[in-house]
Amino acid sequence: MADKKTLTFALMDPPYENARSTTALRLINIAAKRGYDINVFAYEGSVFLAFAMQKPHPNAMHGRNVEEENHVLTKELVSSLMQEAMRNGGKIDWVNCGLCVDERGAVEAVEGVRRGSPADFLKMAASSDNTLVIGTRG
Amino acid sequence: MKALNIIETGYRATLEEQDDPGVWLAYTLKAAGADVDVLLRGNAVNYAVKDQDAGGLQYGAWRQTQPPRLAENIASLTSKGMAVFIVSEDLQERGLGGVPLIESLTPVTRNGIARLLGNYDQVWHW
Repeated sequence: MADKKTLTFALMDPPYENARSTTALRLINIAAKRGYDINVFAYEGSVFLAFAMQKPHPNAMHGRNVEEENHVLTKELVSSLMQEAMRNGGKIDWVNCGLCVDERGAVEAVEGVRRGSPADFLKMAASSDNTLVIGTRG
Repeated sequence: MKALNIIETGYRATLEEQDDPGVWLAYTLKAAGADVDVLLRGNAVNYAVKDQDAGGLQYGAWRQTQPPRLAENIASLTSKGMAVFIVSEDLQERGLGGVPLIESLTPVTRNGIARLLGNYDQVWHW
Protein backbone atom coordinates (compact mmCIF):
# COMPACT_ATOMS: atom_id res chain seq x y z
CA MET A 1 0.00 0.00 0.00
CA ALA A 2 1.69 3.13 -1.26
CA ASP A 3 -0.08 5.46 1.12
CA LYS A 4 0.13 3.17 4.11
CA LYS A 5 0.59 5.24 7.21
CA THR A 6 1.74 4.63 10.72
CA LEU A 7 -0.27 6.38 13.39
CA THR A 8 0.22 6.57 17.11
CA PHE A 9 -2.63 7.08 19.54
CA ALA A 10 -1.98 7.99 23.16
CA LEU A 11 -5.01 7.33 25.33
CA MET A 12 -5.62 8.30 28.92
CA ASP A 13 -9.26 7.75 29.88
CA PRO A 14 -10.60 4.56 31.44
CA PRO A 15 -13.52 2.71 29.89
CA TYR A 16 -17.10 3.34 31.02
CA GLU A 17 -16.41 6.93 32.10
CA ASN A 18 -17.01 9.14 29.07
CA ALA A 19 -17.30 9.09 25.30
CA ARG A 20 -13.64 9.86 24.63
CA SER A 21 -12.60 6.22 24.86
CA THR A 22 -15.46 5.26 22.54
CA THR A 23 -14.34 7.90 20.05
CA ALA A 24 -10.69 6.91 20.33
CA LEU A 25 -11.53 3.32 19.48
CA ARG A 26 -13.69 4.47 16.56
CA LEU A 27 -10.75 6.43 15.14
CA ILE A 28 -8.51 3.41 15.58
CA ASN A 29 -11.17 1.35 13.79
CA ILE A 30 -10.98 3.66 10.77
CA ALA A 31 -7.21 3.36 10.68
CA ALA A 32 -7.46 -0.42 11.02
CA LYS A 33 -9.88 -0.60 8.11
CA ARG A 34 -7.37 1.33 6.00
CA GLY A 35 -4.66 -1.18 6.83
CA TYR A 36 -2.50 1.31 8.66
CA ASP A 37 0.10 0.32 11.19
CA ILE A 38 -1.22 1.56 14.49
CA ASN A 39 0.51 2.16 17.77
CA VAL A 40 -1.44 2.64 20.95
CA PHE A 41 0.12 3.86 24.14
CA ALA A 42 -2.41 3.27 26.89
CA TYR A 43 -1.59 5.60 29.72
CA GLU A 44 -3.18 5.99 33.18
CA GLY A 45 -6.77 4.74 33.32
CA SER A 46 -6.84 3.63 29.70
CA VAL A 47 -4.87 0.51 30.66
CA PHE A 48 -8.26 -0.84 31.73
CA LEU A 49 -9.50 -0.79 28.13
CA ALA A 50 -7.78 -4.11 27.52
CA PHE A 51 -8.22 -5.51 31.03
CA ALA A 52 -8.80 -9.26 30.63
CA MET A 53 -10.89 -9.65 33.78
CA GLN A 54 -13.82 -7.61 32.44
CA LYS A 55 -17.06 -9.56 32.66
CA PRO A 56 -20.50 -8.98 31.13
CA HIS A 57 -23.56 -8.61 33.31
CA PRO A 58 -27.33 -8.81 32.97
CA ASN A 59 -29.42 -5.66 33.19
CA ALA A 60 -32.63 -5.70 35.20
CA MET A 61 -33.70 -2.28 33.95
CA HIS A 62 -33.58 -3.59 30.39
CA GLY A 63 -35.12 -6.88 31.43
CA ARG A 64 -32.34 -8.80 29.72
CA ASN A 65 -30.14 -11.64 30.92
CA VAL A 66 -26.40 -11.60 30.44
CA GLU A 67 -26.56 -13.13 26.97
CA GLU A 68 -29.32 -10.85 25.75
CA GLU A 69 -27.72 -7.73 27.17
CA ASN A 70 -24.45 -8.50 25.36
CA HIS A 71 -22.79 -5.78 27.37
CA VAL A 72 -19.90 -3.89 25.83
CA LEU A 73 -16.56 -5.15 27.06
CA THR A 74 -13.78 -2.91 25.84
CA LYS A 75 -11.30 -5.78 25.98
CA GLU A 76 -13.33 -7.38 23.18
CA LEU A 77 -13.24 -4.14 21.20
CA VAL A 78 -9.46 -4.04 21.52
CA SER A 79 -9.18 -7.63 20.29
CA SER A 80 -11.58 -6.96 17.43
CA LEU A 81 -9.57 -3.93 16.37
CA MET A 82 -6.37 -5.96 16.37
CA GLN A 83 -8.01 -8.58 14.17
CA GLU A 84 -9.41 -5.90 11.86
CA ALA A 85 -5.97 -4.36 11.40
CA MET A 86 -4.44 -7.74 10.58
CA ARG A 87 -7.27 -8.55 8.17
CA ASN A 88 -6.47 -5.39 6.23
CA GLY A 89 -2.71 -5.82 6.17
CA GLY A 90 -1.87 -3.62 9.11
CA LYS A 91 -1.18 -4.21 12.76
CA ILE A 92 -1.75 -2.74 16.17
CA ASP A 93 1.06 -2.51 18.66
CA TRP A 94 -0.79 -1.85 21.92
CA VAL A 95 1.39 -0.93 24.86
CA ASN A 96 0.04 -0.56 28.36
CA CYS A 97 2.06 1.76 30.60
CA GLY A 98 3.56 -0.66 33.12
CA LEU A 99 3.54 1.68 36.10
CA CYS A 100 -0.07 2.61 35.37
CA VAL A 101 -0.92 -1.10 35.29
CA ASP A 102 0.85 -1.78 38.57
CA GLU A 103 -0.74 1.03 40.54
CA ARG A 104 -4.18 -0.11 39.39
CA GLY A 105 -3.64 -3.85 39.59
CA ALA A 106 -4.69 -4.09 35.96
CA VAL A 107 -2.09 -6.72 35.23
CA GLU A 108 -4.07 -9.13 33.06
CA ALA A 109 -4.57 -7.87 29.52
CA VAL A 110 -5.98 -9.51 26.41
CA GLU A 111 -3.66 -11.21 23.95
CA GLY A 112 -1.60 -8.85 21.86
CA VAL A 113 -1.23 -6.19 24.52
CA ARG A 114 2.23 -5.74 25.90
CA ARG A 115 3.67 -3.94 28.88
CA GLY A 116 5.85 -0.93 28.25
CA SER A 117 6.89 2.52 29.34
CA PRO A 118 6.96 6.13 28.14
CA ALA A 119 10.10 5.19 26.23
CA ASP A 120 7.91 3.04 24.01
CA PHE A 121 5.61 5.98 23.43
CA LEU A 122 8.57 8.09 22.35
CA LYS A 123 9.69 5.43 19.89
CA MET A 124 6.18 5.05 18.58
CA ALA A 125 5.73 8.77 18.04
CA ALA A 126 9.13 9.17 16.41
CA SER A 127 8.39 6.41 13.90
CA SER A 128 4.87 7.57 13.06
CA ASP A 129 3.41 9.88 10.45
CA ASN A 130 1.52 11.52 13.22
CA THR A 131 0.42 11.14 16.83
CA LEU A 132 -2.97 11.86 18.34
CA VAL A 133 -3.16 12.36 22.08
CA ILE A 134 -6.62 11.88 23.56
CA GLY A 135 -6.06 12.99 27.10
CA THR A 136 -8.33 13.21 30.09
CA ARG A 137 -10.24 16.47 30.37
CA GLY A 138 -11.98 17.81 33.40
CA MET B 1 -36.42 8.94 53.29
CA LYS B 2 -37.39 10.59 50.04
CA ALA B 3 -34.61 11.39 47.59
CA LEU B 4 -34.35 13.33 44.35
CA ASN B 5 -31.83 11.99 41.87
CA ILE B 6 -30.67 14.86 39.66
CA ILE B 7 -29.08 13.80 36.40
CA GLU B 8 -27.23 16.55 34.57
CA THR B 9 -24.34 14.97 32.66
CA GLY B 10 -25.91 13.53 29.54
CA TYR B 11 -24.47 10.72 27.46
CA ARG B 12 -21.60 9.98 29.76
CA ALA B 13 -20.19 6.74 28.34
CA THR B 14 -23.70 5.60 27.46
CA LEU B 15 -22.52 3.73 24.37
CA GLU B 16 -20.24 1.58 26.49
CA GLU B 17 -22.60 1.26 29.43
CA GLN B 18 -25.64 0.78 27.18
CA ASP B 19 -27.58 3.02 29.55
CA ASP B 20 -26.99 5.95 31.89
CA PRO B 21 -25.64 4.94 35.30
CA GLY B 22 -27.67 7.64 37.06
CA VAL B 23 -30.87 6.42 35.47
CA TRP B 24 -29.94 2.82 36.15
CA LEU B 25 -29.24 3.60 39.81
CA ALA B 26 -32.60 5.28 40.26
CA TYR B 27 -34.37 2.32 38.67
CA THR B 28 -32.47 -0.17 40.81
CA LEU B 29 -33.04 1.71 44.05
CA LYS B 30 -36.73 2.04 43.30
CA ALA B 31 -36.94 -1.68 42.60
CA ALA B 32 -35.34 -2.24 46.02
CA GLY B 33 -38.07 -0.17 47.67
CA ALA B 34 -36.49 3.25 47.82
CA ASP B 35 -38.56 6.41 47.44
CA VAL B 36 -36.71 8.12 44.63
CA ASP B 37 -37.67 10.59 41.93
CA VAL B 38 -35.57 11.96 39.09
CA LEU B 39 -34.87 15.44 37.75
CA LEU B 40 -33.35 15.79 34.28
CA ARG B 41 -31.49 19.00 33.71
CA GLY B 42 -28.66 20.30 31.52
CA ASN B 43 -27.67 18.06 28.63
CA ALA B 44 -29.49 15.14 30.23
CA VAL B 45 -32.84 16.62 29.15
CA ASN B 46 -32.07 15.09 25.75
CA TYR B 47 -32.73 11.68 27.30
CA ALA B 48 -36.45 12.45 27.02
CA VAL B 49 -36.39 12.85 23.22
CA LYS B 50 -38.35 10.04 21.59
CA ASP B 51 -36.61 9.89 18.23
CA GLN B 52 -33.05 9.04 19.13
CA ASP B 53 -31.12 6.10 17.78
CA ALA B 54 -27.65 5.18 18.99
CA GLY B 55 -27.47 1.99 16.97
CA GLY B 56 -24.73 1.07 14.54
CA LEU B 57 -21.61 1.07 16.67
CA GLN B 58 -19.03 -1.27 15.18
CA TYR B 59 -15.37 -2.01 15.75
CA GLY B 60 -13.96 -4.38 13.16
CA ALA B 61 -16.24 -7.41 13.18
CA TRP B 62 -17.70 -6.52 16.58
CA ARG B 63 -21.16 -4.97 16.40
CA GLN B 64 -23.20 -3.55 19.24
CA THR B 65 -26.49 -5.42 19.48
CA GLN B 66 -27.98 -3.52 22.40
CA PRO B 67 -27.33 0.20 21.98
CA PRO B 68 -28.53 2.53 24.71
CA ARG B 69 -32.24 3.35 24.54
CA LEU B 70 -32.35 6.25 26.91
CA ALA B 71 -35.87 7.47 26.23
CA GLU B 72 -37.17 3.97 26.90
CA ASN B 73 -35.15 3.83 30.10
CA ILE B 74 -36.59 7.12 31.29
CA ALA B 75 -40.08 5.88 30.45
CA SER B 76 -39.39 2.78 32.53
CA LEU B 77 -38.81 5.04 35.53
CA THR B 78 -42.23 6.61 35.29
CA SER B 79 -43.82 3.22 34.70
CA LYS B 80 -42.31 2.15 38.02
CA GLY B 81 -44.05 5.02 39.75
CA MET B 82 -41.22 7.49 39.87
CA ALA B 83 -41.82 11.12 39.08
CA VAL B 84 -39.43 12.37 36.41
CA PHE B 85 -39.08 16.12 36.32
CA ILE B 86 -37.47 17.98 33.42
CA VAL B 87 -36.25 21.56 33.34
CA SER B 88 -38.23 23.49 30.72
CA GLU B 89 -35.61 26.15 30.02
CA ASP B 90 -32.94 23.51 29.42
CA LEU B 91 -35.17 21.98 26.75
CA GLN B 92 -35.82 25.36 25.13
CA GLU B 93 -32.15 26.36 25.07
CA ARG B 94 -31.31 23.17 23.20
CA GLY B 95 -34.04 23.61 20.61
CA LEU B 96 -36.06 20.76 22.04
CA GLY B 97 -39.16 22.76 22.85
CA GLY B 98 -41.22 21.35 19.99
CA VAL B 99 -39.58 17.95 19.77
CA PRO B 100 -41.63 14.88 20.70
CA LEU B 101 -40.72 13.75 24.19
CA ILE B 102 -41.69 10.67 26.10
CA GLU B 103 -44.89 11.02 28.06
CA SER B 104 -45.42 11.27 31.79
CA LEU B 105 -42.69 13.84 32.39
CA THR B 106 -43.33 16.69 34.77
CA PRO B 107 -41.96 20.02 33.51
CA VAL B 108 -40.38 22.29 36.07
CA THR B 109 -38.98 25.78 35.57
CA ARG B 110 -35.62 26.82 36.93
CA ASN B 111 -37.42 29.08 39.36
CA GLY B 112 -39.38 26.09 40.57
CA ILE B 113 -36.39 23.88 41.34
CA ALA B 114 -35.78 25.26 44.82
CA ARG B 115 -39.36 24.59 45.80
CA LEU B 116 -39.08 21.08 44.34
CA LEU B 117 -35.94 20.33 46.35
CA GLY B 118 -37.84 21.21 49.49
CA ASN B 119 -40.02 18.16 48.98
CA TYR B 120 -37.10 15.77 49.48
CA ASP B 121 -35.01 14.67 52.45
CA GLN B 122 -31.93 14.21 50.30
CA VAL B 123 -30.81 15.45 46.90
CA TRP B 124 -28.28 13.49 44.87
CA HIS B 125 -26.78 15.49 42.04
CA TRP B 126 -24.90 13.45 39.44
